[in-house]
Amino acid sequence: MHIVVCVKQVPDTKIIKINPKTNTLDRRSAPAILNPYDAHAVQTAVSIKEAAGGEISVLSMGPPQAVDIIKKSVEIGADRGYLITDRAFAGADTLATSYALSKALDRISKEKPIDLIICGKHAIDGDTGQVGPGIARRLDIPPVTNVIEVSDINKDTRRVKIKRKIINGYELIETEMPCLLTVEKEINDIAYSPLPNMIKAARYTPIIWAVSDLEDVDRTQLGLKGSPTIVGKMFTPPKPEGGHMLDGNADDQAKQIIDILLQNKELFSVN
Amino acid sequence: MPEKFDVIVVGAGPAGTSCAYTCAKNGLKVLQIERGEYPGSKNVMGGVLYRKQMEEVIPEFWKEAPLERPVIEQRIWMMDKESTVTFGYKGLEWAQEPYNNFTVLRAKFDQWFAGKGVEAGVLLINETVANECIVEDGKVVGIRTDRPDGDVYADVTVLADGVNSLLGKQLGFHKEFRPDEVALTVMEVINLSKDKINERFNLSENQGCTIEIFGDSTKGNLGTAFIYTNKESVNIGVGTTLSSMIKARMKPYDLLDYLKTHPMVKPLIEGGEAAEYLAHLIPEGGYHSVPKVAGNGVLVVGDAAQLVNAIHREGSNMAMASGKMAAETIVEAKKKGDFSLDTLKEYKDKLYNSFIIKDLKKYKDATHTFENNPQFLRDYVPMLNRAASKFFTVDGTSKKDKQKQIIKTMTSERGTIKLIKDVYKAWKAVK
Repeated sequence: MHIVVCVKQVPDTKIIKINPKTNTLDRRSAPAILNPYDAHAVQTAVSIKEAAGGEISVLSMGPPQAVDIIKKSVEIGADRGYLITDRAFAGADTLATSYALSKALDRISKEKPIDLIICGKHAIDGDTGQVGPGIARRLDIPPVTNVIEVSDINKDTRRVKIKRKIINGYELIETEMPCLLTVEKEINDIAYSPLPNMIKAARYTPIIWAVSDLEDVDRTQLGLKGSPTIVGKMFTPPKPEGGHMLDGNADDQAKQIIDILLQNKELFSVN
Repeated sequence: MPEKFDVIVVGAGPAGTSCAYTCAKNGLKVLQIERGEYPGSKNVMGGVLYRKQMEEVIPEFWKEAPLERPVIEQRIWMMDKESTVTFGYKGLEWAQEPYNNFTVLRAKFDQWFAGKGVEAGVLLINETVANECIVEDGKVVGIRTDRPDGDVYADVTVLADGVNSLLGKQLGFHKEFRPDEVALTVMEVINLSKDKINERFNLSENQGCTIEIFGDSTKGNLGTAFIYTNKESVNIGVGTTLSSMIKARMKPYDLLDYLKTHPMVKPLIEGGEAAEYLAHLIPEGGYHSVPKVAGNGVLVVGDAAQLVNAIHREGSNMAMASGKMAAETIVEAKKKGDFSLDTLKEYKDKLYNSFIIKDLKKYKDATHTFENNPQFLRDYVPMLNRAASKFFTVDGTSKKDKQKQIIKTMTSERGTIKLIKDVYKAWKAVK
């Protein structure tokens, strides 16, 4: 089994401030971290490796500092990591990002064929969730989103059973490998890394590729040039005003809300 | 089989990093363990970094380190309720190389310093707690961390785990500190624009100023307050010995609020926005509290060895110097291939022959004298303020008569003999 996990360095949005003038994220105000969903993706790969054996590679696109999140992934249990970094990648939207990552995955699979690709559900800075499926489409493999359990992997039949979250429940599916999964946080808890992993990560130097290290790249599909997304307007949503907060325990609050509803029967009026 | 290093350094503050850096520079295989998310994330000090000892570890560090401002003025306030007597020195020779000292924000500075260690070859591991030393045949041979498969071995383990050194306690090097051996300091970083800081503290460009405040800043209890200027923020804090705080039933944050709203202090920080709140114990037991600093396969440096000069607010410089001395001892021990106390006690000799222990010895009774004689801060500071007020108020009395009156009030308030005794006591404590 060769599992590749795609990871992204993001600003810690729990801390980050928004520039009130431009409405953009003030990236200096928050430390850069491994996207939390991606940490769960790495942990998913570690659990699969423990059960079925194999190797875990991580792949990221970003500025040179992004080696930090690759090292973080090694702490969690990845065996090696690749960073593609180049000025030509700058300004990429999800389309250009998934293109660049798919080219890097082509090269990785030439070195060692890939059985499974795992991504986080989405990145906490952009919240789009498009890069994972975008990669799957370009590599022509099945994408499986919102995964909450990888229940069975059969290396011989090369099939995998997956539980995924849907809007009103769960879905159990079976698909063929290679495939691409995007995982929810509830899929696992991140284990406290063993000391040897920490030492390995502190020593580890990720493999770094520029555009010129990748094959068959159409440069017009990279970076800003390859990004059709246009940001029309950005605004900070206004804080909701008015309303009425209920006090007391759940029972009290339930009674209060019923009283309010009964007093405002027009809310139920059916014409 | 767990890995074995030449040196394990527990802690990534100034002492630990200075030791780890120097060891790595000398070609030793070093593992440094930090419990915080990154070096500096849990480290606190008022904010003054001394040039001399830092320079001995990294020459000309000021050219690249994330420093706030070079300090060009040091003020001392003897503060009463509605007045203050100021002493101070401002010198432009401190505004140029090689400088005297700098203000720093520890979260930034420690991270940079530890990064220099990593560049030199230190393996730094964060978010990992050393739970205990592994002791075999009376020798420390490594540490047990809180992580799975968490044992790791080394010829020498350096304890730079800070004021409340749990590892030192485990080895029986020191007991639980008494409340009069540690000070509890609380501080805030208050954001203020560069222009406002320069205007209010009478500074130009990137010059810095420090103010140490005695007297009403601690409501007369044994301790001090401070205000240090950063680039675009001000560090303000106050600390007293834990025992004073207990005795006076004071809460540290109440004391900080009292300081921040004091009429002498408020105008300096008005309109600023509190960005961080920090609290820390400072080892102030001095000479008498210095624990055992060397054993078989183990050395203790920095705060863990209680190396703080409370009177001169020096600590990080002693930490760095002790870390470097420990490293030099380890490098020699490695050459000899012997890591027993016989060889490692060289560190203790270095320490005791250096300014560190000499300074601590000079003030060995100072804290106790001031703790047992609260009149110094409680009574004399207000007295000094009244005297200054009288002296500088123009009311038609001749200067000669004024001096007489001042001396008379002082002797009558405290009694001539008591006054002479107090002067002697104070002189003896700091001579």
